Amino acid sequence: MNSPATQFKHDAVRLTADRRHRQIINTALDKYAVKRDEKKGLFQDWLGARQLAAETKWEAVNHLDRYLDQFVRGLEARGAKVHWASTGEQARDLILGILKARNARTVVKSKAMTAEEIHLNQALEKAGHTVVESDLGEFIVQLRGEPPYHIVFPAMHLTRSEIQETFQQKLGDAPSDNPEELTMVARRVLRQKYLQADAGITGANFAVADLGLISLTENEGNARLTAALPRTMITLLGIEKVVPRLEDLALFLPMLATVGAGQLISGYNTLYGGPRQPGEPDGPEEFHVVLLDNHRTALLADAEQRDTLHCIRCGACLNVCPIYRNIGGHSYGTTYCGPIGAVITPNLRGLQDWKHLSYSSSLCGACTEACPVGINLHHHLLQNRRNASRQKPSWWQKLAFQAFAPMANCRVLWSLVTKVGRAGQKLHPLVLGTRLDPAYAWTQTRDLPPIAKTSFKEWWRHRL
Amino acid sequence: MTVTLFIPCFVDLFYPQVGMAMVRILEKLGHRVVCPDAPACCGQPAFNTGYWDESRDVAVRVLEQFRDAEVVVIASGSCGAMVKMFYPELFAGTPQEGLARQVSAKCFEFAQFLVDQLGVTDLGAQFPHKVTYHDGCHSLREMDIHEAPRKLLQRIQGLELVEMSQTICCGFGGTFSAKFPMISTAMGEVKCDLAAQTGVEYIVSSDSSCLMHIQGLIDRRKGRLKTIHLAEVLAMTAVR
Repeated sequence: MNSPATQFKHDAVRLTADRRHRQIINTALDKYAVKRDEKKGLFQDWLGARQLAAETKWEAVNHLDRYLDQFVRGLEARGAKVHWASTGEQARDLILGILKARNARTVVKSKAMTAEEIHLNQALEKAGHTVVESDLGEFIVQLRGEPPYHIVFPAMHLTRSEIQETFQQKLGDAPSDNPEELTMVARRVLRQKYLQADAGITGANFAVADLGLISLTENEGNARLTAALPRTMITLLGIEKVVPRLEDLALFLPMLATVGAGQLISGYNTLYGGPRQPGEPDGPEEFHVVLLDNHRTALLADAEQRDTLHCIRCGACLNVCPIYRNIGGHSYGTTYCGPIGAVITPNLRGLQDWKHLSYSSSLCGACTEACPVGINLHHHLLQNRRNASRQKPSWWQKLAFQAFAPMANCRVLWSLVTKVGRAGQKLHPLVLGTRLDPAYAWTQTRDLPPIAKTSFKEWWRHRL
Repeated sequence: MTVTLFIPCFVDLFYPQVGMAMVRILEKLGHRVVCPDAPACCGQPAFNTGYWDESRDVAVRVLEQFRDAEVVVIASGSCGAMVKMFYPELFAGTPQEGLARQVSAKCFEFAQFLVDQLGVTDLGAQFPHKVTYHDGCHSLREMDIHEAPRKLLQRIQGLELVEMSQTICCGFGGTFSAKFPMISTAMGEVKCDLAAQTGVEYIVSSDSSCLMHIQGLIDRRKGRLKTIHLAEVLAMTAVR
């Protein structure tokens, strides 16, 4: 198997060359940008809202112990069972244990990136459970055996006709490529699954500490059915999802809708507080909450990168990222793609194995500008690079930079470099664009400007 | 005022005309221009690659060169951001931390210096062409320079400024362009397409490094668009 870095380069090169793919992504994201800006304009003070959101998440993350405790006590008071998982494996085992104890074979799931992070579906299927994704986009990529392409839009890379083809192959039912008709096909399949399911698994968008509530945002109503119909409900969430107060949602829900999907407010925003209470007509009999660490506490301990735990998984940074827009979501080979993925994956899954994601950026800062909770994403990429090369320097890069310092600092050496460069450029056409070309990485697609006949410093000295 | 000019290494080698234009403009405005004789690199390649110790070895010379300067004008938005925004972080906890902060405070990118520090927008230049302006990401997002270059362009006689439909990176990114050449190239193609859609003759920018990338792509494709640094445009014809 290829290393993640080799695989990344391979996939990124293949997809950047695919102009049709680039076109699909850019068209979709351009439409999103128009709607996002329109909705942003409805905020009285977007930058103020952003500042407040960053401060609120700062408050939550920097007092995580207190707020998590409050969150858990609220849930437990209503009869929810709360479980703590340090690792993905522990979380998987906990969930498998809950399902086994209830003899729950069929599981319906709503969209949850945290479940992707711990590869929950694969573990459930391996243990003999049937898992069905109920979010339409997730349902489509599940049928195709693909991971989600985007944190918010899992199937955005597919055209209508590709979805029709998938439905035809996997469900034997696809009357046309009309989105409404295709949605109806998925709806018919999914309605049956909700009724058959023994358990429902959801993620969470926010954990409301003061009242012990789980806040779930969606646009299709599928998460409500996932949570309400089966007898057992399991919610899996990262420990960083906390917001201190219920009233904080008054800011975060419209903000998430705005930057996440260009909506003023998402279709359904639901608060869950526990299992069916005495006298209530519906809701699950059992309500389990699995709180996942999986290296989040390592980020919490890192004062420099702690603000990455502010992330509300809105996807805004992906949407504006010129790298993401060219290489697409699957090239990253990670659960969290785009700028936020390039920042946190090396910290969550190993710096040396994943540092290439932090290097694969022009550091343009569009991500940081777009982030609604003010995460300094592109500066974190720089810090990851620094940490990676401190931990394990590449000898040739270190040598090159060490050799460069005296050259760049000494007038005589710099003049020599200038003259050698001019002479070298005369010979350059002999090897231009071939593998012998020392500037091949540049010249395979771009021309190189000639070194000037008179450099600035030469002109300046002459002028004096 | 005595203005110390920082001509970064690649401008020295590839784009001396940019530095020359700045000298002419500043002198015409009545300032004394000085420029250290020694070469200067801001240390950004090593910094961006993660080799901060090696970056400091280069950057410390920049600090020394500009220790006594009244103001420093940097002939590149990207190198400007390095000195102004990143030096304090690079030198944090070292004996040069204080000096890094002092130098940072008196460093300015060229357009920023003219408009925000000197209050000059009209240099009496003429450039009868249709142009678009490319914001280098470091100028735009690290130093928050957006209006200054546009104010200067709008006062140039005969010049028509047409904005691109999107503000997006040109894909250069320093060592990124060599480490991930195909991604960098794809980003550059997007940029060239956006510029071409405006129907202009010239792409103007305050960053020669971005222009090197954009022009490199255009030339390889035998395109007709031309790139030019803002200082060169401002120095065109009669500087009053």
